[in-house]
Amino acid sequence: MKYTLSVLVENRPGVLTRIAGLFARRGYNIDSLSVGRTEDDRFSRMTIVVDGDSDIVEQVAKQLNKLIDVIKVTDITSVPHVERELVFIQVSSDSGNRGEIMDLLNIFRGRVIDMSKNNMIVESTGDSAKIDAMISSLRPYGIKEVMRTGKIGLLRGTKEDDRRKG
Amino acid sequence: MKMTGAEALLKILEGYGIKHIFGYPGGAVLPLYDAILKNDNIEHILVRNEQAGAHAAAAYGKHLGRAGVCIGTSGPGATNLVTGIANAYMDSIPLIAITGQVDASFIGRDAFQEADITGITMPVVKHNYLVKNPKKLIDTIYEAWHIANTGRKGPVLIDIPRNVFEAIVDFEPKVEEVSLQSYKPTVKGNKSQIKKAIKMINSSTKPLLLVGGGVLFSQADDEVKQIVDEFKIPVATTLMGIGSYDETKELALGMIGMHGKPYANYAVHHCDLLISVGTRFGDRATGSLSKFAKEAKVIHIDIDPAEIGKNVVVDLPIVGDAKGILKELIEGLEQVDRAEWIEKVSELKARNKMKLHKTNLNPQLIISKLGELTRGKAYVSTDVGQHQMFAAQYYGFSEYNSFYTSGGLGTMGFGVPAAEGVALASDRKRPVFCITGDGSFQMNMAEMATMGEHNLPVKIVLMNNSSLCLVKQLQHFQCERRYSEVGFTGNPDFKALAESYPNMVTYRIEKEEDIEPVILEAMSHNKPTLIECVISDENLVYPIVPAKKGLDEMIGVEKW
Repeated sequence: MKYTLSVLVENRPGVLTRIAGLFARRGYNIDSLSVGRTEDDRFSRMTIVVDGDSDIVEQVAKQLNKLIDVIKVTDITSVPHVERELVFIQVSSDSGNRGEIMDLLNIFRGRVIDMSKNNMIVESTGDSAKIDAMISSLRPYGIKEVMRTGKIGLLRGTKEDDRRKG
Repeated sequence: MKMTGAEALLKILEGYGIKHIFGYPGGAVLPLYDAILKNDNIEHILVRNEQAGAHAAAAYGKHLGRAGVCIGTSGPGATNLVTGIANAYMDSIPLIAITGQVDASFIGRDAFQEADITGITMPVVKHNYLVKNPKKLIDTIYEAWHIANTGRKGPVLIDIPRNVFEAIVDFEPKVEEVSLQSYKPTVKGNKSQIKKAIKMINSSTKPLLLVGGGVLFSQADDEVKQIVDEFKIPVATTLMGIGSYDETKELALGMIGMHGKPYANYAVHHCDLLISVGTRFGDRATGSLSKFAKEAKVIHIDIDPAEIGKNVVVDLPIVGDAKGILKELIEGLEQVDRAEWIEKVSELKARNKMKLHKTNLNPQLIISKLGELTRGKAYVSTDVGQHQMFAAQYYGFSEYNSFYTSGGLGTMGFGVPAAEGVALASDRKRPVFCITGDGSFQMNMAEMATMGEHNLPVKIVLMNNSSLCLVKQLQHFQCERRYSEVGFTGNPDFKALAESYPNMVTYRIEKEEDIEPVILEAMSHNKPTLIECVISDENLVYPIVPAKKGLDEMIGVEKW
């Protein structure tokens, strides 16, 4: 099963290495990892999707917590949260099927962000299942490249932030 | 007060009561060694390889219960420290490793003696720092000390570029405690968990206390003693837990594990409640996990929440510092009639006495004699090999925190520098016996120069069988006696070699009658000593828990 961990860390050089290194040496699988600064420049928030059973994920969370630069680890998998992923897809298209592809994009709330004679780049955000569905719908037209950001997630409400400030 | 970064570093260490540091100079640490020259309060011990410095500082720290300090220059000096740092990490020993680094402006340009030591050590430190900004140096040192010495202890490395050592900083001794938002170890045990534990212990008829190295780091030996003596609960230890309870006492079962004492292993198998304190359930201690303590409920007390449930499934975890938790447990314990269990345990002990094998000049006999003549009270360090297991099995440790060995990492070469560290930490007042083998000894035997220079009361008991017998033993059982690269034919004359170092006194034991007089004579003076024991290469460490077997499936003992 896939678990989503929201990890608040110090915004310092080397933090990503420490976290990636921990996953590598303990043999945990990172499905995706995305990271960016929070509202406070001193901290970054990572969303890490881990593949494994609940025991492994519990160990992952505990080991992450042991890193001095990690402030808080929250398993948000089964608590109310919002999550999104951004995707760019470069797909083959010509004047013959462009309209068809645009119709398809409407269904997935995707947008065209670049177009040339033989292909276009489209973007979309959504949960991972929606992105997967969009990619498989576009596949018959000929996908040239896909770039996904990995999931970012945030707990609903402000519990985590309150605790940090407290 | 204005001073250089290097001087501030020494001032801070002085403030923490550091009297000795172990290191090796070099280009990047020149400003630090210049400061050391001017400092009258810290004695620098010049080792012969940085690795030895790290081991010595670790043992020094383990003896005092707070971090020792080692120094290496940038590049190879720093990489030589890595084994010692990894060793300290595996055994949760507090250690501060200071490495020099090339000038901050040269970092990343493959400068002379540049190595990314923070990158290299990341997996084997509790934390590490590269201090590029001199303004952050002082806070970093305080932070590093705090991290190394609290919670689950461990090594912290501070990589300091030469220009940061040289920079002028404004030093004021820090008075307030270091507080880190992202690092707050749990010290106090959860009340309701402790209540549940009390209930479980009071209703158990066959409890066993299993103590690990955490008990020593928590200095919870008095609490362990009280639980065992007052409430008649037998106690076993892991390798790292040796020295936390007097092994010669009736309810002490000694070490469990792959080469544990048979009665200790049987007790784990037959108890109905295992109270584990400060152990990480390493594979050498537990044998097959699915067969470990099968009939028992398990209470696991540890300061590191990540240890709970990592290897052994636990019925009741309590996270926190052992001393405080055991104190609270004791308050709720009741006298329970466990006569039957105690009788069983004594019967186990009587039936499975540790025997002396019948090889010529048996190392087990030498170690037993050493235990007898020192009444189990000497400080003992070991290297890694058969001699290490024999020491754990036959010495009979009765003194608190008296055993210094490399447990988790199994580092050959640890014993001699560790003995130096303990000798210095205990003010050279007592002899420190280093039990070693010819394989391990040769990994750091250059340290005879260091102990000669400082006239340290280290007594090296060298079990010389001209081979790597613990590996040979593995090949005996696992490779159908195909012995590959385990014999030494080029060993030096160790006695003659040792004699060539200043202050070293040397002896050689070749027959059983020599054991007692030589040990007694070696104990009669304070000089660094080498006792070479010429032993057979046909010894085997028994019992053995074969791979994938449970602790009760030992070979080399009669079945209970």
